[in-house]
Amino acid sequence: MHRTGELYGQFKTLEQQKDTATLGMWIFLVTEVMFFGGIMLAYTLNRHVYFHAFAAGSNTLSLQLGGFNTVVLLASSFTMAMAVWSAQTGKKQLISVFLTLTILLGFVFFGVKYVEYGQKFHHHLVPGKSFDIFYCVDNPTKCEDVSAEELTTEREELEKARAADPDLNAHAQLYYSAYFGMTGLHALHMVIGAGLLLWLLKNSLAGLYSPRWNTPVDMVGLYWHFVDIVWIYLFPLLYLIDRHK
Amino acid sequence: MQPLPFFPVEASNFAGNVDSLFTFILLTCLFFAVTVTLLVIFAAFKYKRKGVGEVGSTVEGNTPMEIGWTLLPLLLAIGMFAWGAVIYVNFRTPPKDTLDIYVIGKQWMWKLQQPNGRKEINELHVPINRNIKLILGSEDVIHDFYVPAFRVKMDVVPGRYNTLWFQPTKIGKYHFFCSQYCGTNHAIMGGWVTVMDPAEYAAWLSDEGGDVNPVSAGEKLFTQLACATCHIANGTGRAPSLNGVFAAKVLLADGSTVTADESYIRESILQPKAKIVAGYQPVMPTFQGLVTEEQVQNLTAYIKSLQGQPVPTKGSGIAPAAAGKK
Amino acid sequence: MRAEPHYPEKNYLNETYGIRSWLLTTDHKRIGLLYLASVTFFFFIGGFFAMLIRLHLMTPSGYILTPDTYNRMFTMHGVAMIFFFLIPSIPAVLGNFLIPLMIGAKDLAFPKINLLSWYVYVVGAAFTLYSMVNGGLDTGWTFYTPLSTVYSNSAVAPAVVGIFITGFSSILTGLNFLVTIHTMRAPGMSWFRLPLFVWTHYATAVVMILGTPVVAITLALAGMERLFGLGFFNPAMGGDPILFQHLFWFYSHPAVYIMILPSMGVISELIPTFARKKLFGYSFVAAASLAIAVIGFLVWTHHMFLTGQSTYAALAFSFLTFLVAVPSAVKVFNWTATLFGGSISFDTPMLYAFGFLGLFLIGGLTGLFLGCLGTDIHIHDTYFVVAHFHYIMVGGAVMGYLGGLHFWWPKMVGRMYPEWLARAAAIILFVGFNLTFFPQFILGYLGMPRRYHTYPPEFQIYNVMSTAGASILAVGYLLPMIYLVWAAFYGKVAGDNPWPATGLEWLTTSPPPTENFHVTPEVTWEPYDFHNRPDLGLDVPAGKPGKLSPSPAHGDD
Repeated sequence: MHRTGELYGQFKTLEQQKDTATLGMWIFLVTEVMFFGGIMLAYTLNRHVYFHAFAAGSNTLSLQLGGFNTVVLLASSFTMAMAVWSAQTGKKQLISVFLTLTILLGFVFFGVKYVEYGQKFHHHLVPGKSFDIFYCVDNPTKCEDVSAEELTTEREELEKARAADPDLNAHAQLYYSAYFGMTGLHALHMVIGAGLLLWLLKNSLAGLYSPRWNTPVDMVGLYWHFVDIVWIYLFPLLYLIDRHK
Repeated sequence: MQPLPFFPVEASNFAGNVDSLFTFILLTCLFFAVTVTLLVIFAAFKYKRKGVGEVGSTVEGNTPMEIGWTLLPLLLAIGMFAWGAVIYVNFRTPPKDTLDIYVIGKQWMWKLQQPNGRKEINELHVPINRNIKLILGSEDVIHDFYVPAFRVKMDVVPGRYNTLWFQPTKIGKYHFFCSQYCGTNHAIMGGWVTVMDPAEYAAWLSDEGGDVNPVSAGEKLFTQLACATCHIANGTGRAPSLNGVFAAKVLLADGSTVTADESYIRESILQPKAKIVAGYQPVMPTFQGLVTEEQVQNLTAYIKSLQGQPVPTKGSGIAPAAAGKK
Repeated sequence: MRAEPHYPEKNYLNETYGIRSWLLTTDHKRIGLLYLASVTFFFFIGGFFAMLIRLHLMTPSGYILTPDTYNRMFTMHGVAMIFFFLIPSIPAVLGNFLIPLMIGAKDLAFPKINLLSWYVYVVGAAFTLYSMVNGGLDTGWTFYTPLSTVYSNSAVAPAVVGIFITGFSSILTGLNFLVTIHTMRAPGMSWFRLPLFVWTHYATAVVMILGTPVVAITLALAGMERLFGLGFFNPAMGGDPILFQHLFWFYSHPAVYIMILPSMGVISELIPTFARKKLFGYSFVAAASLAIAVIGFLVWTHHMFLTGQSTYAALAFSFLTFLVAVPSAVKVFNWTATLFGGSISFDTPMLYAFGFLGLFLIGGLTGLFLGCLGTDIHIHDTYFVVAHFHYIMVGGAVMGYLGGLHFWWPKMVGRMYPEWLARAAAIILFVGFNLTFFPQFILGYLGMPRRYHTYPPEFQIYNVMSTAGASILAVGYLLPMIYLVWAAFYGKVAGDNPWPATGLEWLTTSPPPTENFHVTPEVTWEPYDFHNRPDLGLDVPAGKPGKLSPSPAHGDD
C-alpha cells in the first residue's frame, strides 16, 4: 500500500492508523504473556516439588547484581516514558536524548548479565554433564570470587538441603534450567528491544517524530515496558527464594 | 449381553457395561445423524431451485427452536457423561482384595511377575473371576498396557506407578497391546493374556517352581541393605516397625495421615525425606540409584507379607485409631 | 437479466509483473496466493507419506517399509498436514484474500506483517524439510517425552525449530485478522452485519493468539532438553513427562478448533448462497463460534484420561468436553434449518457443503465416544481416534477448504472451472473418503492400536478397505488441483458475481483491482439478504423496496 507522508494507504485517517497499531501491539504483548507463561508454569510446579533445590540454587545468585539490574531496568523504563513524552510534546532533541539513555541502560543490563552468566559457567552451574552445585564448596581455590565465609555459609546450607533432598544436584539442575531458560528468553527480548531502540534513535535524529505522529516511539515504549515487567517477575522468582534468613 | 458383530469378545467385568454405554451413545448419534441427513435430503428435494432467478423465503430464525436444540443435546450429553463417569471411577478404584501382578514395560517388551515370583515375558496368566490388579512401571519411555477384550487400558509412565484392575469373566486367550507409541517396535510390543480356571492357574503358578519368590527375595534384600538395623520388628529401633503397616494409615510428623500403599512404600525407599513418620527423625538414607525397580517391587512384596505380623504398641508408625483396630 | 460477464483489464494479478512484484508484494490477495502455493506443496508431501502408509498397511506384516521408516512416515504425515497444511490453509489462503474484501477495506491492518508471516512460514518449512530428509522424524507429531527428548534417534531438533518458527506465522496472521476486523470495517459494516466467515476467523484468531505461544515455549523447552540437557520433562532428572503433555495439549487441542472454525465459516457462506436464503439463527451461529473458541481452551486433558492423573481432573475435563460439543451441534442444526424454504442449487461448492454436513456430523458425533470416560478407556489410542479426527479434519476442514476454493475461485482468478468435472470430483472425494475412514472406526473398537506398522491378521479386511478408499480419495484430490489451475488460464470469464452471492467481495470485479474497491462501499444491508438486493438481478417478490444502491462515489479514498 502506498504511503502519503505518515499515512499508510490502507488507512483513512492517522487516528485510525494509530488505534490499529496500538491494538496490534497490545495483542502481541498478550501472546508474549502466554509464551512466558508456559515456562513460568514449569518453574512453579518444579519449585513446589523441589523447594530445597530451588532455594539452594537461588542462593548462589548475587542479590547485589540482581537488585542493581532491577534498578537499571526500572530507570530505563522511566527514560523510555520520557522519550514518548518528549515526542508527544514536540521536544524533538529530547527524544533522542532519552532514547540514548534507554539504550545505554539496556547495555548496562547486558553487561551485568554477562558477568553473572560468566560466573555460572565458571562455577559449574550450567545444566549438563559438568553440573555440580557443590563445585565451589568442594573446590574453594577454583572459585576465588567467593569469600571464605560465604563458602562456609554455602556449605552449611547445601548440606542441610542435601539432607532434605538426597538428589539435590539433579533437582538443582532443574532450577538452573529455569534460570537460564527464563533469563535467556528475557535477554533475547531485550536484544530485540535494543535493536528497535536503535532504529527509533536513527529516525528521531532525522526529526521524524512529532506530536502529530509518534506511533513507533509509543509502540516500542509499550514493548520495552513489557520486557521490564517480565524482569520484575523474574527477579523475585529466581533471586529471592528462601532469602529471609 | 451379546455384543454386536463389530465388538471384541466380552471377557471382563467392565466389558458388558462399556459395550452397553457404547451402544447407547451409538444409538443417540444415529438418531441425530439419521434425522439430520434425512432432513437435508428432504430439503434438497423439496426446495430444489425451480427457476434461474428464484430466491428463498425470508425466515431468519426461531428462538424457541434454538433453545430446544441447545438443551436437548446438552441433556443427552450430561447423561452420557454420567454413565461414563461411573464406569471410569470404578475402573480407577481397585477393590481391596486384588491379586497383584507387577508389570514392567521397556522398549520393546513386557516383564510380568506373578505373586509367587513366577516371571513371564509378554504373557500374562490370570485366574477367572478373581480381581486382578496390575502395577505398571516403565524403565524408559511412556508405554501403555491394553487388553481390548477386557476394555481396559492404562499408560505406563516412567518415574511413577500406575495401576490397572479388572476381573476376567471368560476363559480364553486374548491379545494385549502396547498402546502408547514408544519407538521402533511399538507395534510388536504385545502378547497374550490367558484366563484360566482357578485350579489350573494354581497348578500353572507352582509349575517349574517359579523364579525366586519376590517375598523371600525382598526379605533377603531387607537384611542385605541393612533395613533391619533400624526397622526392628518389635518397635525398639530408630525407625518404625513395619509389621502390619501395609495398607494401614500412617501418622506423619505434620499431623496428616497417609495410606501405606505400594506408592508410599516406593517413595519411602527412594525419597525417604518426603514423608516423615510422627515421632521419628528424618535419618533414613535414600536408596535411589542403589536398587532397581524390580528390587523395590520385591521389598514391597516382603513388607506386604508383614501385614499379619503383630504390631508393637510402641514403635509403630500406624495412626492410633487404626492401630487400635489392628 | 444481468450483463455479460466482464473480465477487468487491470486487476491485482497483472497490475505489476515479475517475480519481485510477487515476492515483495504487500497485497493481501497476492499473499493469499503465495500461501496457496506453499500449503498445496505440503499437502502433496503429507499426502505422499499417507499413500506409503496405506500401501504398507494392506498386509498385516507390511512388506513396503521397515518399522523405523513407517514410524517416520506417520510422524511426518502428521507434522506436514497439521502444521503446514491444515492450520494455515483456510485462514492464510482464503482469509487473507477475502477478509479485507468482505469488510470493505483496502487491505489488512498490517500488510507488511502479512508478507512477513509468509516468509516466517517458509523459513520454518525449510527447517522441517531439512529434518525430513536428514534422518526424518519418528516421535509422532505429538513429540511425547522422554521418547522425543532422550530416546529418539531421529532429527528432532531441526523439526522442533521449524515448527516453532512456523508458529509465529500463525500468530502474526491471527494478530492481523483480529486488529483488522476491529479497526478496518467500512462505514455501516457493524459487527452484526459481518459475514459468518469473518466471525469464525475472528474466533480462530483469538485461539491462534492465545494458544500458539504455549506450543512455542513447549517445543522450545523440549528442544533445549534434547540439545542442552534441561530436565523439565525427564524423569531421570526429576522432571515430569506428563507436564510436557499438559503444555503440549493446552495448544494442540485449541489447534483443532483453528482447523475447523474457518471451515465452518466457509459453510456458513455456502449454504445461504446456494439456498438463496438468510442463514438461520445468525446470532446463534456467531455466538456458537465464540463459544467453541473459549470452551475449546478448557478441555485439553481429555487427551490424557489414561495417564494416571487425578480422577477428579478426568471428570471435570470430560464434562467440559461434552459442553464443547453443544455449540457445534447448534451450528449443524442452523445450517440444516437454513435449507428449509430455500431455493437450492447443486453447484459444486454446495456439494462440498453437503459433504461437509454429513462428514462433520459423523466426525463430531464420534467425538462423544472419546470424551465419554467409560468408552475412552477402550478406544483411546486406537484407530477409532484416527478415524474421528480424519472425519473432522479431512471430512470437515478440507471439504470446507475445497468448497471455499471453488466458490471464490471465480473471484480470485476471474474465470470459472468446468462444472461437471468439479461435481464429479466432489462426489469421488466423498465416496473415497468414507471408504478410507469408516472401516477405521470398526478397527478401533475391535482393538487395533494406532501407530502400528504391523497388526494381527484378523484386522486385515478393514485395512484393505481403507487402502482401497485412499486410492479413490487421491483421485478426488488430484482432479481439482489440475482443473483449477487450468481454469485460471482458460476457464470461461466469470464476471463480478456469477452465483450471485451477497457478500461485499462480490461487489467488485473478478479479479479485483489491487485496491479492492474503486469506490469504498457503504453498507446498509443485512448479510445474506437476497430480498433487499435488486442489484443481484433475481426474482425478488414484488413490493419490496430495494435498500441497496451503490453509495455515491467517495472518490478513491
